[in-house]
Amino acid sequence: MMTELLWLLPLVPLAGAAATGLLGRRLPKRAVTLVAVGASGAAFVLALAAFMELLSLAPGDRRIEREFFTWIAAGDFTAQASLLLDPLSAVMTLVVTGVGFIIHIYSIGYMRAEDGYYRFFAYMNLFLFSMLLLVLAGNFLLMFVGWEGVGLCSYLLIGYDFHRPAAADAGKKAFVVNRIGDVGFILGVLLVFLTFGDLGFGRVFGKIASDPSRFPPEAGVGVLTSIALLLFVGATGKSAQIPLHVWLPDAMEGPTPVSALIHAATMVTAGVYMVVRCAPLFSRAPVALDVVLVVGLATALMAATIGLAQTDIKRVLAYSTVSQLGFMFMAAGAGAFSAGIFHLMTHAFFKALLFLGAGSVIHALSGEQDLRRMGGLRRRIPVTFWTMLVAALAISGIFPLAGFFSKDEILWAAWAGGHPTVWILGLLTAGLTALYMFRLIYLAFFGEPRHAEGVHPHESPRSMTGPLVALAILSAAGGFIGLPAWLGANRFARFLEPSLSLVHRGAVPHFSHALEFAFAALSVAVALAGIFAAHRIYLARPGGAGRIAARWGAIHRLLRDRYRVDEFYDRAVVRPLLGLSERTLWQRVDVGVIDRAVNGAGASILSLGGILRGMQNGLIRSYAAWILAGMAAVLLYLSLLRS
Amino acid sequence: MNPYLVLSLLLFLVGTTGFIVKKNVLAMFLCVELMLNAANLAFVAFARDLGQLQGQIFVFLVMVVAAAEAAVGLAIMIVLYRRRQTLNPDDADTMKG
Repeated sequence: MMTELLWLLPLVPLAGAAATGLLGRRLPKRAVTLVAVGASGAAFVLALAAFMELLSLAPGDRRIEREFFTWIAAGDFTAQASLLLDPLSAVMTLVVTGVGFIIHIYSIGYMRAEDGYYRFFAYMNLFLFSMLLLVLAGNFLLMFVGWEGVGLCSYLLIGYDFHRPAAADAGKKAFVVNRIGDVGFILGVLLVFLTFGDLGFGRVFGKIASDPSRFPPEAGVGVLTSIALLLFVGATGKSAQIPLHVWLPDAMEGPTPVSALIHAATMVTAGVYMVVRCAPLFSRAPVALDVVLVVGLATALMAATIGLAQTDIKRVLAYSTVSQLGFMFMAAGAGAFSAGIFHLMTHAFFKALLFLGAGSVIHALSGEQDLRRMGGLRRRIPVTFWTMLVAALAISGIFPLAGFFSKDEILWAAWAGGHPTVWILGLLTAGLTALYMFRLIYLAFFGEPRHAEGVHPHESPRSMTGPLVALAILSAAGGFIGLPAWLGANRFARFLEPSLSLVHRGAVPHFSHALEFAFAALSVAVALAGIFAAHRIYLARPGGAGRIAARWGAIHRLLRDRYRVDEFYDRAVVRPLLGLSERTLWQRVDVGVIDRAVNGAGASILSLGGILRGMQNGLIRSYAAWILAGMAAVLLYLSLLRS
Repeated sequence: MNPYLVLSLLLFLVGTTGFIVKKNVLAMFLCVELMLNAANLAFVAFARDLGQLQGQIFVFLVMVVAAAEAAVGLAIMIVLYRRRQTLNPDDADTMKG
């Protein structure tokens, strides 16, 4: 039943967006809240119903594709408006609507005093619509529509406080950087169409899997690898991977619920989802997988080190997000696609919680975001503290919280896939994760209060703490659906299996459960070491952090300045481009060539008209003379033609 | 060459020249009539030469048109004179009345 009504799932938030966006200015706040939060809640209920219905089917039948109408038909090119519900999109739908619903509730309290309350909720609902379209799309083109839609909502919501130049600039930056990635994505889609003559996921991947002679696993860079690499360019833009990671930290200019929903839990994971959706393709392109693996690892490591030296609480979390997204790409690159989605899901829980917690801290301190002016908040805002502590433990990978299972599965996949270097660096990154996370916890909640005089920290309203508790429960318990093999069967991976049935798999070496357990113990030990280090540096010895920063001054400055990537881009790309635009393209090409050609065409028509205008003098007798002359000319011509 | 046609040509040229040279609307109107009748003469001459009736029928047609035209033309001339106190068409070279 629900699968017949699948189209309702994206359309309910769209209707909510239309209602709040078009009428919200005239509606009371209460009505806006009711419509917007109601729409997200209804979407969650629908997603839950669809998921239940999918569960009731046999695993092999869990793939429901509905084509609603022919969207584009031009020659031999057709694109259907089709939605695809399979285990992969069902998981994503649940995460998007579930976390989305929770964050909508949180926003009621957080955005209460903001101007443009209705505008915020209209954008949020529009985002839910776009994200659901992206996730449920049955072909590349419809996915691209959702892909662009979430980008638009991201831009609108980052620049929500558009009268602040920093927010407007951050929105623009996010939009432009994402466009660079989108060029790669759309080129990849075009190449898919050229190669397969089709854009539907089922048919394209079916062709790949059913024709191994034409599409063998490629050793070098063939057409499949080219497609995969182009699509991955799109993923690096959306999911903030090197070299297009620069927009995400700036995106923290948006309101905190936006950071939690779009820039941590859902939109930025769209790249990972897309790679996993195209797993049958990527798995036959080992070169592309290696690129994914290396980019993911480099991003994870780089962002984690940057996160150590940031002082803005939201920026620490932003770099943490970039780093964790790197982990997800590592999983995909190592061929462990379900592990990537598993981490995507657990990350959505604990990172949304961390952001909402950070929002609660900022709220408690009346807008303070600098970690150096926090401290001692543990007893003042206990709910925020305890829930954030759960999230911090989860992201650090402490047993038995959600992050432990998902991250450990990724590290294990890297090792089992024959990438020991990746495993070691990944383990190091996991340690750094614990370090920067507990640096945040210790600086914000422990030690002496350092906030400004006159600020009285207070716990947030129930509409904000409720979502924190809900997400804390999910962060704590969410990992158990994906228990590793040494603790029983991995139900999550088994559930996702039908979506990944066309994936090409090489021979998988078998390792004993004891070894896997040892690796898990090792990663917990590394995480504990990170927490211990954070305790020593930031809590036990006052001034310890300052001494370290002074001793490793150059490195500290490099990390604080985020490896100066922005400055490098400014000098290598932005300024040459501006110079080229201004001096050559504008002053020479535009003014000198194009303007001159256009103006010249106009002027020549004008002068020709001036000549002809002389004939239209209004004097009848001259008209008669012209007629006579014309007639004489015609007669002369005809008589000459005769002879 | 048929002498009637020569006469027709001469009449037509006289009419045309008059139309272009004269500065009085009434005179120009007479010149138009002259041209029409030159054409009529040519029609009749051809009709007789070829032994057909069409030419003669056309003459009737032209005469009817000329009569209608005379009525309209004279009316325009009266209006022109009332408005401008002139019959020189060069003084009436604007689009607005």
